[in-house]
Amino acid sequence: MTARVLLIEDEPNICEAIRFILSRDGCDVTTLCDGTGMAEAMRKGMPDLVILDLMLPGMSGMEILAQLRADPATHALPVMMLTAKGQGRDREAAERAGVNMFMTKPFSNDDIRAAVRHLTAR
Amino acid sequence: MPFNILVAACVAYVICLFLVAWVVERRADRGQIGWLRSPLVYTLSLSIYCTAWTFYGAVGYAARSGLEFLTIYLGPTLVFIGWWWILRKLVRIGRQQRVTSIADLISSRFGKSNLLGVIVTVIAVVAATPYIALQLQSVTQSFGAFASPTQDGFAPPDTESTAIWVAAGLALFTIIFGTRNLDAKEQHHGIVIAIAVEAVVKLVALVGVGVFVVWGLADGPADIIARIDASDIADWDLQPGRWAGLIFVSAAAVICLPRMFQVMVVENGDERHLFTAAWAFPLYLFAMSLFIVPIAVVGLERLPSSANPDMFVLTLPLAEGQGTLAMLAFLGGFSSATSMVIVESIALATMVSNHIVMPIWLRLRPSQAVSGDVRRLVLLSRRFSIAAVLGLGYAYYRMSGGSTALAAIGLIAFAGVAQFLPAMLFGIFWRGATRVGAALGLSVGFGVWAYTLFLPSFGPNAVIPAMVFVNGPFDIDWLRPRALLGVDSMDPLIHSLFWSLVLNTATFLLGSLLTFPGPVERMQSAAFVRVFDAAASGPRGWSRGMAEPEELLVMAQRILGDDDALLFFEAEARGQGKLGYLPDPTPEFMARLERRLAGSVGAATAHAMISQLAGRAMVTVEDLMAVASESAQIMEYSARLESQQSELTRTARALRDANEKLMQLSVQKDAFLSQISHELRTPMTSIRAFSEILTEGDLPPDMVTNYGRIIHDEAKRLTRLLDDLLDLSVLENGSVQLNLGLTNLGEMIDRALAAASNTKPERSFLIHRDLPMENIFLRTDADRLVQVFINLISNARKYCDAATPELKITVRQRAGRVTIDVIDNGSGIPSVSQGIIFEKFARLTDQTRAGGAGLGLAICREVMANLGGTITYLPGQGGAAFRVSLPLRLEREAA
Repeated sequence: MTARVLLIEDEPNICEAIRFILSRDGCDVTTLCDGTGMAEAMRKGMPDLVILDLMLPGMSGMEILAQLRADPATHALPVMMLTAKGQGRDREAAERAGVNMFMTKPFSNDDIRAAVRHLTAR
Repeated sequence: MPFNILVAACVAYVICLFLVAWVVERRADRGQIGWLRSPLVYTLSLSIYCTAWTFYGAVGYAARSGLEFLTIYLGPTLVFIGWWWILRKLVRIGRQQRVTSIADLISSRFGKSNLLGVIVTVIAVVAATPYIALQLQSVTQSFGAFASPTQDGFAPPDTESTAIWVAAGLALFTIIFGTRNLDAKEQHHGIVIAIAVEAVVKLVALVGVGVFVVWGLADGPADIIARIDASDIADWDLQPGRWAGLIFVSAAAVICLPRMFQVMVVENGDERHLFTAAWAFPLYLFAMSLFIVPIAVVGLERLPSSANPDMFVLTLPLAEGQGTLAMLAFLGGFSSATSMVIVESIALATMVSNHIVMPIWLRLRPSQAVSGDVRRLVLLSRRFSIAAVLGLGYAYYRMSGGSTALAAIGLIAFAGVAQFLPAMLFGIFWRGATRVGAALGLSVGFGVWAYTLFLPSFGPNAVIPAMVFVNGPFDIDWLRPRALLGVDSMDPLIHSLFWSLVLNTATFLLGSLLTFPGPVERMQSAAFVRVFDAAASGPRGWSRGMAEPEELLVMAQRILGDDDALLFFEAEARGQGKLGYLPDPTPEFMARLERRLAGSVGAATAHAMISQLAGRAMVTVEDLMAVASESAQIMEYSARLESQQSELTRTARALRDANEKLMQLSVQKDAFLSQISHELRTPMTSIRAFSEILTEGDLPPDMVTNYGRIIHDEAKRLTRLLDDLLDLSVLENGSVQLNLGLTNLGEMIDRALAAASNTKPERSFLIHRDLPMENIFLRTDADRLVQVFINLISNARKYCDAATPELKITVRQRAGRVTIDVIDNGSGIPSVSQGIIFEKFARLTDQTRAGGAGLGLAICREVMANLGGTITYLPGQGGAAFRVSLPLRLEREAA
C-alpha cells in the first residue's frame, strides 16, 4: 500500500524536489503552497503524513499544526516540520506543539526518505 | 495729446510695475530679499497714504479752503511721531498673532469671533467704496483734462465709459498682481516694491510740477510768498473745531484704513523699520505738501475760473505748453490712484475671503475642510472680491455724479474707518473690553455714520428724501441726519464724526462693562494687552493627542502648500527631538500650527478648522490662572520652570525614541542572523536536493535539463544575496568608489523605469512625469542613483495595492539641490512602520518573496548618503511616497 503524503511548502523548487524524491520512493504526494487548501485536500483523502514548512505566508506552520492537533479527526496524524531557520527555540516550540519530526533545511535526500518511511511505518 | 498715446503710456507704465514686482518675487522666492526689506522701502510703501486725493485733491482743497488741507497730513504725522505707544504695539501683535487684516485683528482679539470679523469687513468694504470712487474719478478727470480729439487717433470716449474702462483695467491688474498665488503669510514682496516705486514716481512728479511753478512761472520763493499774500487763500480763517476734528479723523484713519494696516502691520518685515518710518514718513508727507499752496495760487491766477482746481497739477503745465512735465504729472496721479486701489482691494479681498467666504464654506461643507482644495477656493473668492470692490466703487462714482470735490469724498471714507478706533485701541490697551461691547459699538457707529454722512453724500432725494433733511424721519425733528438731537450748528462732517464716535465709544464701554468675556477671549485679551511681556506664552488650549498628525499635515498642505507644510512639520518634529515629518500633536505644536494657518486664512477660520480635527479647544484652569495672575515674579518663575520642563520633556522624548529604536534594532539583530540563515538555506536546500537527485542518475534528459536550470537559478539567487550584503557593507563603510559625471535626470528616470518594468511585468502602471522639470543635468554617480530609482519603482510595482495603480514622479529644484518624489496611489506605509523601513531586513510583509531579502531600501539609504543626499518617507501624500534629495553638483571630497 502506498503512503499518502500532504506537503505544504511555499518555495516552489523545494516543493518540487521533495515531491520528486518521495514519489520515486513510492509515495502518493499532494502539494500545497499555503495552508488555505488544507481542509479541501483532507476531505479528498486523509493523508498518512503531513509535511509542513515552518514559515508560510498567511497561516504559519505552527498555526497549522495547532489546528491539526485540535481537531479529533487529525489529532494523532503524524506531522513532520521543515525549517530553514534552524534555531533551537523553534524546534522546542514545535515539539511542545506535538510535532513528530523536526528537520532543518538543507537536508539530504536519504534523511528525508528515511524519516518518511519511519513516520508512515512501512 | 492723442488719447491712444495716453492709454499706451498707462499700459507701458503698468507693465513696468508688473515686471518690477515679478522680478522681486522671483528673488524673494530664492531667499534673496536683502535690501528689499529695508526701512526705506517700508517707509515708501507707507506713502500709499497719499492717493490721488493728495496728488490732485490737495491742490483743489487748498484752492477752496486754504491751509485746511494740512490737517490730513498732521494727523498721521502725530501718530508716527508717537509710534512708541500705538504703532509699535500693533506691529508686535500683528507679527506675533500672524494677523492678516484689521478685521482679523479685531476678530482675533475678541475671542476669534467670526461675527466681529464679518462686521468689520462689511464696514471696511462700505467705507472703502467712496474712496475707490475718488480714485476712479480722479483718473477719469485726468484723462478728460489731458486727452484731446485728433484726426489720426481715436477720440476720447465720454467720461462714463472712461471710468468703466479704468475700473475694469484696475481690477484686472490687481487680480494678476495680488492673487497670483496664496502666500503662506499674507505678505506680498513684489507689490510692496511696486508701491515703493510708485511712491517715488508721485513724489518726483509733484515736486517737478512745484519747481516748475515756483521757478518757471513765478520768480522764486519770494515772489510766490508775495503772490500767496495777495490771493484769496491768505484770507482763510481757522475754525478750531473743524481743525481738531480733521486732525483726529486723519490720525485715526492712518491706523484703521485697511490698506494702511496692510502695509504697516501685515507687510512689516522688521519692527525696527518703524523707528525709521517715524521720522521719514512725516518728511515724505512734508515734501508732498510743500508745493501744494504755490500750485493752487498760481493755478487760480492763470487758469480760467471755470477750471477744476482738483486738476491744477495737470492743467497748469498743459496750459503752459509743458507736454513732458504734464505727462510726468499724469503718471504721478495715475501712480497714486493705482497703488491705492491695488492694496486696498487686496486688503479687502483678504478680509472678505477669510471672514465671509471661508466661514460660510466651512459651515456648508465641514467634511471638505480637511480634504478639499482650500487654496483654490480662497484665491477664487479673493479674485471675485477684488472685482466686486471695484464694481462698488464704480457704482458710487456713478451715483454721486462724479463732480464732488475729491477731498470731500475722501473724508467720508475716513470717518467710516474711524469707527474701528474704539474697538482697536481699547482692545489692545484694556483687558476688560469684550466681544459684545465691540460688536455693539461698531454697529452703532457704523449706523450713525451711514445715516448722517454716507447716505446723504448721494445728495437729497437719492437715498434719503429731501424732506427728511428738513423735518427729520416721520417728522421727528431731533433725528434730522445733519442735526442729531437738534445740534445744527456743526459742520456736517464734524457733526457725523462727533455723534458716530461718541455713540460708538459709549455703547462699546457699556457693552464691555455689562458682559463677561469667554475663556478664549480672556486668553486673547491677555496676549494682546500684555504683548510685550516675554513670559506671557501664547494661549494654549488644544488637548493632547486628539488629532492624528498625518491628518493635520494633510490639512496644512491644503492651505499652506506642500513644501511649506512639510518644512514646518519637519522643523516642529525636529524641535521635539523626532526624525521625519510627523511631530506629536502636543498643545504647543497645535497652537503654533493654528497661528501659522491663521496667517493664511485668518484666526477665526484657522481655529474652526483645527477644531474639526482636534475637537473643541479646552481652556484649563491652569491656563486661566496663568493669564489672570498679575505677579510678574510668578510669571517669570513659572516661565523658567516651563522652559526647563520643556527641555526635559524634549530630552526624555529623544531618549525614549532612541531607546525604542535600540530595542527594535536589537530584536532586528537577532532577526538578522536568523534571516541570513533562512535566506542562505532556502536556495541551498533546492541546490542540495536536486544535485543529489542528478547524481543518482537514470533520469530522462528533459528532467536533467530542468533540474539543472533550477540549480543554476538558485545559485544565482545566492550570489545576488551575497552581492547585496557586500554592497551594503561597502556603502556603510564609506569606502565606495563613486563614478561622478554629468547625466540628464530624465534619462536616468527612463533607465530606471525600463529596468524596473521587469518586476511584476503583468501589472501596468499609469505613470505621471514632469518632463520639462526632469530636463536637468546632475553631477553625480548615475548608476548608483538609477539603482535607487529602480528600487523605489519596483517597490511600488510590488507593494502598491491600488486597483488601477499609478505612479507619480515629481522633480523640484531649490537652492542647489534637487528633490525627486516617487509617489504611488496605494495605501502607503502605516506610521508605526515608517521609522524602520530603511533598516536591514525590514521587510514589512512575508507575503512577497519576489524581491530580495529586504535590503533594498537599506541600500538606497546608504547610496544616497554616499551621494551627499537623503531618502525619506513622506507621510500624508495619499500613498507610499519617497523623497530623494541630492545636490545638483556633487564635488568629490578631498581625499
